[in-house]
Amino acid sequence: MKWATRRGVHIDRAACAWLVRRHLDPDAEFVFVGDPAEVPEDATPFDMRGVELSHHGGDCSFETILHRYELADPVLWKIAEIVHEADIDDERFDAPEAPGLDVILRGLSMTCDDRRVLELTGPIFDGLYEFYRRGLLLGREPA
Amino acid sequence: MTGAMGQWVLLAYRMPRQPSTLRITIWRKLDRLGVARLGDGLVALPADARTREQLEWIAEEIGEMGGTSTLWLAAPGSQGQEQAIAAEMRRARAEEYQAVIAQARGAAQARPGERARVVKRLQAELRRIGRRDYFPPAERDEARLAVQALVEQSAAVKEESR
Repeated sequence: MKWATRRGVHIDRAACAWLVRRHLDPDAEFVFVGDPAEVPEDATPFDMRGVELSHHGGDCSFETILHRYELADPVLWKIAEIVHEADIDDERFDAPEAPGLDVILRGLSMTCDDRRVLELTGPIFDGLYEFYRRGLLLGREPA
Repeated sequence: MTGAMGQWVLLAYRMPRQPSTLRITIWRKLDRLGVARLGDGLVALPADARTREQLEWIAEEIGEMGGTSTLWLAAPGSQGQEQAIAAEMRRARAEEYQAVIAQARGAAQARPGERARVVKRLQAELRRIGRRDYFPPAERDEARLAVQALVEQSAAVKEESR
């Protein structure tokens, strides 16, 4: 399936793309557009104004996608807290990881194109997922 | 701020009169971003990818709350105007830094545990102010130094008690 989002990928869009590819659509193909009007007809848009899979009621797009596809995995919701704080920074959650992740993504967006940002951030989110999965199983911080 | 006029991103919005809690929610979100309030329902930030996106999301939220808004990219009509707006934003941040300085100095005599808590809180507050500080006033460095002094004082106490 085709998925479309805005150019100049930052934390929320990078996290959404990872989420789509790992948990919804392994063959996902991503298109980056400058304006909502450029979204191809056969693509599902996300993290853009006026679309379903976007910010809603104070949630970031990553949280909206979790709700919409009824992904109840607590590890994904833990990552959602970090993405929310890195993106919106409204202190709804206590996520000390957020500012670090935010600057990494902002830096990558300065040196890489969007496709490369997704390539690089995929393994980062895989690692985060594994870290919090083990933490959840152990009930404490994993080694 | 000196030299040429910059690009600004403007949000013109109107919220339903009731419920007032929604109006306040939006007001607070805009405050947090450190916007310049140009008039009733008109706010501005120096334009960059980030400020534009932040205001876009607020515009979206205003729509979901039953309000209306439009987002604009604009340049001020004169340099003087821009400087006046920047000066007002700088003054607002200076006040926030002053409050940090006062709290840091006030905590100098506090018990070590209390002092460590104040340090953490003020560091978070400095980060928060820094994110909406587009035209840094002189008070910024002063506030950082005041918090740093408190950090060093806490560290010195830890050394002594070893």
